[in-house]
Amino acid sequence: MRASVDRLHRRRRVVNAFNLVASCACALFGLFWLVWILWTTLRHGIAALKPGLFTQMTPPPGSDGGLANALFGSLAMSLVAIAIGAPVGVAAGTWLAEFARRRALGEAVRFVNDILLSAPSIVLGLFVYTLFVRPRGHFSGWAGAIALALIVVPVVVRTTDEMLQLVPATMREAALSLGVPQWKVTLQVLYRSALPGIATGILLALARISGETAPLLFTSLNNQYWSHDMDAPLASMPVVIFQYAMSPYESWQSLAWAGAFVVTTFVLVLGIAARAVLLRNKVSHD
Amino acid sequence: MTEVRLAASASAAPVVLAHPQATAPRPKMAARGLDFHYGGFHALKGVDLDIAEKQVTALIGPSGCGKSTLLRVFNRIYSIYPGLVARGEVLLDGVNVLDPRFPLNRLRSKVGMVFQKPVPFPMSIHDNIAYGIRHHERLSKADMELRVEQALTRAALWNEVKDKLKQSALGLSGGQQQRLCIARAIALQPEVLLLDEPTSALDPIATGRIEQLIAELKGHYTIAIVTHNMQQAARCSDYTAFMYLGELVEFGRTGQLFTRPAKTQTEDYITGRFG
Repeated sequence: MRASVDRLHRRRRVVNAFNLVASCACALFGLFWLVWILWTTLRHGIAALKPGLFTQMTPPPGSDGGLANALFGSLAMSLVAIAIGAPVGVAAGTWLAEFARRRALGEAVRFVNDILLSAPSIVLGLFVYTLFVRPRGHFSGWAGAIALALIVVPVVVRTTDEMLQLVPATMREAALSLGVPQWKVTLQVLYRSALPGIATGILLALARISGETAPLLFTSLNNQYWSHDMDAPLASMPVVIFQYAMSPYESWQSLAWAGAFVVTTFVLVLGIAARAVLLRNKVSHD
Repeated sequence: MTEVRLAASASAAPVVLAHPQATAPRPKMAARGLDFHYGGFHALKGVDLDIAEKQVTALIGPSGCGKSTLLRVFNRIYSIYPGLVARGEVLLDGVNVLDPRFPLNRLRSKVGMVFQKPVPFPMSIHDNIAYGIRHHERLSKADMELRVEQALTRAALWNEVKDKLKQSALGLSGGQQQRLCIARAIALQPEVLLLDEPTSALDPIATGRIEQLIAELKGHYTIAIVTHNMQQAARCSDYTAFMYLGELVEFGRTGQLFTRPAKTQTEDYITGRFG
């Protein structure tokens, strides 16, 4: 009896140790590539940083320049995309969570949204190309912003929907039992509770689109010169990185590394900000 | 302790019959032939019950007997979920509030509700109280301050929070949060208060304070309380309804129901033989 229990415990310890080691090894395997990618971006990116990066325009091959026009283009298109996509996404997510809960139509819309969420971004780019670029005969910053907005919408719909569903049903009931109509309860009580989550979703959507290349290739294309005309082709970081990284010129490649570093840092800062927003909310809830 | 109180309230009670219609002096709210369905589940079966004005009526019974459901029909809060159907009548001062033409939000401003788990809104203590008032009435700033103070005083919370009205209500203790929820409900000056197991998430000290509060509120409001705790029903109610499997088994003066129950099922339940 005693011996068999001992044997069982020994066996459990061995299995435990094996699984622990295997899990750690898998985690390390994943982390290894991530750190390598980050390290390479960091090393080449920092080496390529220079004073003119944020003030000079993208140069012709062989000469010196910066990424000012691409930075501006990316920022402008991303902000317009958020300005279009976030309100639409929040409104649609609210409808899903609050007004179409457990209804067939709501389930159908949620399903379609999930498909859109994982739709290849190049398809969205082609869609906007057919709809806006070809009829008007030219590429434009607006078209780029719309393509990015189409990526923002499903992300924000999903997070808004999920965050509102996380608000306890009792809070909804408590507010409604005061005789306050549902739309007012949603705006004044439920949003307050879900706001950090929704804000996080919007920040993550911004992070996602700041690195999107494919939808911009068909819509805003690129612009070698400074331009703040949203109705004309507009430079953007991902497209410039794509173009310069593939080029045979060393100065272009170095600028591509610098651009990759800037975009990565931007996304990293957004990610940390998103976490901070969520974390602050958690503390206040306890 | 409980028995002494029971005996006291029993001796103070007038002689009443165990029939619903005969017991309540003046019904503020009443259910008449009330049926309730959760999808395919028949949760309330022809319930007739009077809630006496400015008295405390306790609803007791084992889990799933329909006592919370009954409470949730009284202010039609059930209607926010699809697939739930109530048939029959719920009368408030003789008017059927289940009639779809009865304005829902007016009903809810007259029939307030406090839930099992305290749910402060994510805003300041002051705004938690003012939130409902702002929707129903236009008050000057001074009048609003007065109403907030009155509600908090009546809910026995004022002294603890008067210096931190601008702070988040989420920082209050569980017992304080529940008293805040009661204050929020009475700030609308409702006529009826529905309490759905208001102390089941609280410790004994906080529970004692809420029970004391219920006794004080009785003079102003008609109160219906759902409770799992039979001592609590015995301590703080004037009338008790015992429900089982969606039916109202017995209703009467609390003292009588606990000391001389008319039905065997009631006796079995209150003596702990089942449930």
